Amino acid sequence: MTEIEQYVAPSSLEQAAEYLQRSGEVTILAGGTDLMPQSQGGRLKIKRTLMNIQHIPELKGIAIDGGAIRIGALATITEIMQSELIKKHLPILIEACDHFASDQIRNAATLGGNVCNASPAGDMLVPLLVLDAEVELASKPDGGLTRRRLPLSEFFVGPGKTRRAPSELLAGLRIGLPGAHHYARFFKFGTRPALDIATISIGIAGTLNNGALSSARVAFGAVAPVPMRAPRTEQALEARRLDAATIEAVAGVARDEVTPIDDVRASAWYRKELIHNITKRMLDHVAQA
Amino acid sequence: MSLKHDIEFKLNGVSRCASVRVDMSALDMLRDVAGLTGTKYGCGEGECGACTILVDGLSLNSCLMFAVDCHGRDVVTIEGLAADAKADALRAAFVEHGAVQCGYCTPGMVMQASHLLATHPDADAEAIKRGIEGNLCRCTGYTKIVEAIASVSRTGKPGARS
Ligand SMILES: Cc1cc2nc3c(=O)[nH]c(=O)nc-3n(C[C@H](O)[C@H](O)[C@H](O)COP(=O)(O)OP(=O)(O)OC[C@H]3O[C@@H](n4cnc5c(N)ncnc54)[C@H](O)[C@@H]3O)c2cc1C
Ligand code: FES
Ligand code: FES
Repeated sequence: MTEIEQYVAPSSLEQAAEYLQRSGEVTILAGGTDLMPQSQGGRLKIKRTLMNIQHIPELKGIAIDGGAIRIGALATITEIMQSELIKKHLPILIEACDHFASDQIRNAATLGGNVCNASPAGDMLVPLLVLDAEVELASKPDGGLTRRRLPLSEFFVGPGKTRRAPSELLAGLRIGLPGAHHYARFFKFGTRPALDIATISIGIAGTLNNGALSSARVAFGAVAPVPMRAPRTEQALEARRLDAATIEAVAGVARDEVTPIDDVRASAWYRKELIHNITKRMLDHVAQA
Repeated sequence: MSLKHDIEFKLNGVSRCASVRVDMSALDMLRDVAGLTGTKYGCGEGECGACTILVDGLSLNSCLMFAVDCHGRDVVTIEGLAADAKADALRAAFVEHGAVQCGYCTPGMVMQASHLLATHPDADAEAIKRGIEGNLCRCTGYTKIVEAIASVSRTGKPGARS
């Protein structure tokens, strides 16, 4: 087993940032639904300090803040699902919450944990990517608490790897309030409705006018080392009227843009077929919307 | 030796202290430190729901929770529910509907059902099925479990087919 030397449960963001600044040897604990099985299964070694962040009020809550919705890193999947703000402005997140694990896990799992765990199949990541979400990172480099923002699309660098520095804490996610005619949908393909890791997932968003999506955003999960934006698919989709030929062409670009692997859940070939067929189905729905 | 930490929390309505290993799960703490073995170990990784408990009124998999995180919280296990008159109807329904066979899933199933009914008192068969998605049963085929829960939900009709 690991030799944990210290357990801390700071009650402010400032204190937490101070622990991180003092030592790079800190493992952050939120809901624990990734950390516990990963540490017990020997896939992750808890560092010298285990820091429980559950008592930090600045990391909680979902609120409108300067033209954006800020979701605190500690917001659980259940809290997001029940939030009136999210239901009203960001219903695509509700779609992602709905098929997330089970009730027990949704009650514990936090959004910050999902983002920092950086699984290519993390359910919240694809919808957040098509919503142009930004991560808010807090640290205390020289005595004062500072925050920086980074587009989520630049945050992931590999399975389980992000651009978060060891001295930083994810404080929250920011999503600009969607304008009129905003359209955003998410689809997770799995073999059963609950407790399933996505075989593939797709998010599509943009401003819908006259059957065409502009500022089109497309993202895919579980088909690359990171949850990915798909710039070529977005370009093929941008402001084009979604007739049958365009939809087929865009779905073809999508299939060619992803680079999945074979694993226990599906072969690379099958994943590419799923990306093609489900992109097509989702665009049919956009055309009918 | 792994680092230990002292926690103070409410367990089935009673305040108590415990000294727990920092990397220990709440499930191990309940069974091995507190001596409450009603909460079961099925998979140890969040898949089966046998270890379901209520923490601050929400159902959680105790195998995924760090014991140290129980500090300051209100924890209820199946032993707590057994002493709670409000849960009598639910427990009786499991017995009457034959929703218990080997019984291994039962504590977790009853804890999850009580959380479901507390948050969705009108749950119909569909909502009940979704509510117990995180609980596996290898014996009953679920039908009798869904019927048992439906019989105590406000919209449930005893014996209603799912
Ligand atoms: C049975 C089971 C089913 C699951 N099903 C799904 C599913 O359907 N979809 C899905 O997407 N995921 C699923 N998961 C994975 C997991 O539940 C989610 O990733 C969850 O959101 C993690 O959140 P947490 O709060 O539990 O994170 P934790 O386990 O506490 O932390 C996860 C990681 O993030 C780090 N971290 C957490 N918060 C912060 C922060 N604020 N700043 C910096 N670092 C931080 C931790 O150090 C750790 O490395 C499942 C897990 C299990 C066990
Ligand atoms: S033992 Fe906790 S979910 Fe199976
Ligand atoms: S009664 Fe045996 S597992 Fe459910």
